[in-house]
Amino acid sequence: MKPLLITHGRVIDPASGGDGLADILIRDGRIESVGTGLSDPDAVVFNAAGAIVAPGFIDMHVHLREPGIEHAETIETGARAAAAGGFTTICCMPNTLPVNDSATVTSYIVQRAREVALVNVFPIGAITKGSLGEELAAIGSMRSAGIVAISDDGRPVMNARVMRRAMELARAFDLPVIDHCEDLNLSAGGDMHEGRESVRLGLGGIPSASEDVMVARDLLLAELTGARFHVAHLSTSRSVEMVAYAKSRGIKVSCEVTPHHFAITDEELSTYDSNYKMKPPLRCRYDADAVINGIAAGVVDAIATDHAPHAGNDKMQEFERCPFGITGLETAIGLSLAELVHKDRISVNRMVELFTTGPANILKLDRGTLAPGAPADVTIFDLDSQWTYDVQQSLSKSRNSPFGGRRFRGGPLATIVDGEIVWNRP
Amino acid sequence: MPIRGVKPAGLLDIESLERTEIEGILERAHFFQPEDGQPFRRLDALRGKTIVNLFYEASTRTRVSFEIAAKRLGADTVSIAAQGSSASKGESLVDTLNTLVAMRPNAIVMRHAASGAPHFLARHLQIPIINAGDGTHEHPTQALLDARTILDQRPTLEGLRVAIIGDIAHSRVARSNVHLLAKFGVDIVLCGPPSLLPEEFEQLAPGVRLAYEMTEAIRDADVIMMLRVQLERQHEAPMSSGEYFRFYGLRLEHLALAKSDVIVMHPGPINRGRELSSEVADSQSSVILNQVENGIAVRMAVLERILGGVQ
Repeated sequence: MKPLLITHGRVIDPASGGDGLADILIRDGRIESVGTGLSDPDAVVFNAAGAIVAPGFIDMHVHLREPGIEHAETIETGARAAAAGGFTTICCMPNTLPVNDSATVTSYIVQRAREVALVNVFPIGAITKGSLGEELAAIGSMRSAGIVAISDDGRPVMNARVMRRAMELARAFDLPVIDHCEDLNLSAGGDMHEGRESVRLGLGGIPSASEDVMVARDLLLAELTGARFHVAHLSTSRSVEMVAYAKSRGIKVSCEVTPHHFAITDEELSTYDSNYKMKPPLRCRYDADAVINGIAAGVVDAIATDHAPHAGNDKMQEFERCPFGITGLETAIGLSLAELVHKDRISVNRMVELFTTGPANILKLDRGTLAPGAPADVTIFDLDSQWTYDVQQSLSKSRNSPFGGRRFRGGPLATIVDGEIVWNRP
Repeated sequence: MPIRGVKPAGLLDIESLERTEIEGILERAHFFQPEDGQPFRRLDALRGKTIVNLFYEASTRTRVSFEIAAKRLGADTVSIAAQGSSASKGESLVDTLNTLVAMRPNAIVMRHAASGAPHFLARHLQIPIINAGDGTHEHPTQALLDARTILDQRPTLEGLRVAIIGDIAHSRVARSNVHLLAKFGVDIVLCGPPSLLPEEFEQLAPGVRLAYEMTEAIRDADVIMMLRVQLERQHEAPMSSGEYFRFYGLRLEHLALAKSDVIVMHPGPINRGRELSSEVADSQSSVILNQVENGIAVRMAVLERILGGVQ
């Protein structure tokens, strides 16, 4: 492979604190050097003038549906959508068929990703067998096979004793425990956020408290066990407050938020469009503002999409019968720029951090940095190009995004994985 | 964008209707009300039109009422109960409706257990859809017939005090009535046990207040609307079952607290001894059967407005 020289871009590298016009020379899949006036006669040159050049973005929360639900997504198509969204690394949740609760399934995903995926894929293993919440999965063997965290995402562990044991084991194996915090008794029968809008629309409500009580429980268990606990798709005001408090107490906690939870609210549901149905549900303005404040205040560690593809016919039903989840890989940068950076809530540097060093530190990945010698994963994006998201052209196998037709200012331009350009904006 | 309200497109909910549209329907319904002892007027305003009544949920009065209303206007009607149809063989709602639309009816009247089902269909089909009750969301023609019934007893809705009592949370009748009455400046009191009366109802429309005690809700009421307890929609009992009637059932002695000419309404079917006593149901104050009768007049007005080309 020829060396790659990215020139004239504004290089932002949160790991080193660097921010300025520079060139990046990549050789043999690794960053060779970052500096001004770099040259190499053999190199392929990528002119990034006017663009931002950042470490490859990491999405620590996606659903790739393979094995078992390939009509909705595959490792190949999901990874392609990730590349088109500016992501160089994605972490896939274990709720496949079968559930990724053993080294066999983990190895299958790792192997398959190596064969077909345009980007790096790191699996997340189940906490319990079959994610049934009862018996611990083969956590140690899965770690040897390549998992970077454990989670029963979507089917949260209700039994606090089981969660305690999982955290103890995770601590021993140095894996973070990612919890989809939802008390299933409180959320039962719910299809959207409980509040004025659910009352108006006559849809079952999912109270914010169903998230908050589990965040509280897990924080206490994290304190008890010393485990690293990560809150998936945090969506409520109280949970932001509790995570901030726990951090001040020295509890090892981190959290992620999704673009949809800070970009839109439950007021979008008036048309009963199932592309607004996900868990946790779109909350009210108060919660969405709290999430944004949490990002600005540094409580939030990462932005993750919870990309959850569903085949068209699954979403073409009565609202209450539709499955939860929306796609998100291709719109994450656009939404983050629109809602956080262009509205002056955070700097673009902080946004890059939320997509790079943030998740990399939680998962202890050797990525998310442009340090010489690091794997050459690079995301190139800009702040001002005008583009419209055409969901029918999505590289995902599914189309269940509420952002089809939305106009964006700024977005991904090119995605480079291990020194190779895997996607260019058409 | 979905087309909502009575547009050429159909009738999906009361919330998005203008007050003047409601007034137009109520006036026209008055025209359709029969003289004492007479049958409903027969017109041929909808001759040659076909209306499909598609009922995904059991219903007697609403379905029959829509059928009679359509026939009195000269339309042809087909009624389908989803049990026993292709819907019970696993066909999706959209496929069922597409199949029906291919048979070129002029409108579909639909009852469905899922909130928003008619709104969902209206986005995907080019045919007027009339909501005959969707889940726990709205039941627009019920609110219209309730308003017609009140107006038969009072000169205007403005300034009235209406108490709606029972399982508010799961009631599409309550939602539609709240939206309609609020548009006319009615003082609305909602009453029920806390788990069946979420606080957010106060924000549903202007003029709504909540009460957890019957006596407070009924004091000085012009109208008392009792709702059925919808056990089938509840995940758990709101309170000990013996206590429900004791605290939220309407008995004769309650009526003394209300205005002397108070009227008692119920969308039916009534459970005697559960939400109201037999004595109340059969009392002079009860207008429950007038509601049933007005159902036909109001639905004639709605069908004519949507399909008849009359303003």
